[in-house]
Amino acid sequence: MRQPKTTGTYVRRGLVIAYLFLLVAWPVSLVVKHTFDGGLDNLQTALSDPDVVFALQLTVYVAVWAVVINTIFGVGVSLLLVRYDFPGRGILSALIDLPLSVSPIVVGLALLLTYGSTNGLLGPSLRDAGIQVAFAPLGIILATAFVSLPLVIRELVPVLHEIGTDQEQAARSLGAGPWQTFRRITLPSVKWALVYGVVLSLARSLGEFGAVKIMSGNIAGQTQTATLSVEEKYQDFQQGTAYATSFLLALIAVAALVVVSVLRPKENPDGD
Amino acid sequence: MGIEIRGINKFFGDFVALEDINLSIPSGQLTALLGPSGGGKSTLLRIIAGLESSDSGTVEIEGVDTTNVPAQKRNVGFVFQHYAAFKHMTVAKNIAFGLEIRKRPKDEVKDRVQELLKLVHLEQWSDRLPSQLSGGQRQRMALARALAIEPSVLLLDEPFGALDAKVRKELRDWLRRLHDEVHVTTVFVTHDQEEALEVSDSLVVINEGRIEQIGSPDDLYDRPASDFVLSFLGPVTRLGDHLIRPHDIEISRYEQAATATGRITRWTRVGFEIRLEVTPDDKLHPDPIQVVVTRAEATALGLHEGDQVWLRPQAGVEPVRA
Repeated sequence: MRQPKTTGTYVRRGLVIAYLFLLVAWPVSLVVKHTFDGGLDNLQTALSDPDVVFALQLTVYVAVWAVVINTIFGVGVSLLLVRYDFPGRGILSALIDLPLSVSPIVVGLALLLTYGSTNGLLGPSLRDAGIQVAFAPLGIILATAFVSLPLVIRELVPVLHEIGTDQEQAARSLGAGPWQTFRRITLPSVKWALVYGVVLSLARSLGEFGAVKIMSGNIAGQTQTATLSVEEKYQDFQQGTAYATSFLLALIAVAALVVVSVLRPKENPDGD
Repeated sequence: MGIEIRGINKFFGDFVALEDINLSIPSGQLTALLGPSGGGKSTLLRIIAGLESSDSGTVEIEGVDTTNVPAQKRNVGFVFQHYAAFKHMTVAKNIAFGLEIRKRPKDEVKDRVQELLKLVHLEQWSDRLPSQLSGGQRQRMALARALAIEPSVLLLDEPFGALDAKVRKELRDWLRRLHDEVHVTTVFVTHDQEEALEVSDSLVVINEGRIEQIGSPDDLYDRPASDFVLSFLGPVTRLGDHLIRPHDIEISRYEQAATATGRITRWTRVGFEIRLEVTPDDKLHPDPIQVVVTRAEATALGLHEGDQVWLRPQAGVEPVRA
């Protein structure tokens, strides 16, 4: 049912638009504007700086791995949370949200305390085994995966609840084993939630700063990701490069979101 | 043969869902598990299918002990109350699912799906998604999907429970005719006594986790083993110290040998039948007695509200002692 439009409707709409404009649209558009202040100069400068190129590549590499880990782990944990009853399920569910509520800096420190190669709890033994975690890509992936961990799970859990177990049971009664049931029934049913979770997770991973800054050591050309590079260039009076890098980061994230919303079927595919 | 159930017990925590169930379901018949909600009948069906495990006891399907066989290896067709349609697959794909899992050749799958689409009258709908079908169509699709694997038994869990009254009645008749064609051993769960009486060859009444009575629809209706079966299968009223169905009471305006006498104090007409309430003169049994007559009978007997009437069981009716 549609309510008649009153002055109130327009006032409320105006408020929402103004809020979004002042908080999101305008500031972001300023980044874009500054990027293209001198035509394509800023972008060219940035892309000819080997440290920036390396940072962008590292960011994409880290983000892809973090997303892969979060997808596999996220699907597993979501199924565990929804389909199984076990002691401590409530605690697990609450813990999953922790990375969203705790400051990434704290996450970085915590990881460093565990995996730091000299003083960390596990770090020295891992180093002896030849695995360098802190101040290395592995540590950056770990930190990134940690902060974006809940995104896939929070997308999947409500959908898994909603589809229920009837279809899975029907598949089993028709002869499908657990893996066939998962691949042919469960996965296609949660496909869009999973894609959405993955995109959010990717966007978050590209933009992670705090945890990565502590865990990576921030060494340009070695462990510096794009966000860290933006900060350094900005403080180094290379604002143009900073804007250009920011623009590229935002572009990848926005592009991913746009692609998904274009691909996602318009009508509700679930029926009733 | 058919399904042999021996000594099944099932607990949910402290709650006894099923208590020492022993039941033989003959091959090729349509058997109804009837009882009130929460009585354990669905649990029993799910145990037969392997979707639920029993705490003790054994299940044999067509002579094979399947107690420890997982659901996917039991070759049982299961139809759910809410269809459990695979929402992302077309009708044809839904029906083909079991055959594709069994890796049957493509041509064979295609032919079989066509055959089943025809059987459930969904030929026109094979490329639609379940969300584009009505409830009755979805349930027919679910039935075709279950039949596709040529199951040794077909189990239906309140199959028409989510449908409206008219479609329900149609599907019920259709299921009966389908069963006469296909002859697969079929068990269906329902809490609707009319559905059970109309469709099934034999009935199993289950209440509070126990079997109350097993028999043909006639047996159960005419010779109920307990008050519970009597009252669950249809309306019941108390005449003297016996329980009887309201339409099994002979009513007369003239003095006759009677179990009870009284005055008609309420008169409700519902379609072709008239439901009367007679308040007995006997102060020891003051509860009103329900009597049902057809409109034609009421006219023939000259009944009116407020008449003094004499009541007794109709000839041949054996009331159950209360």
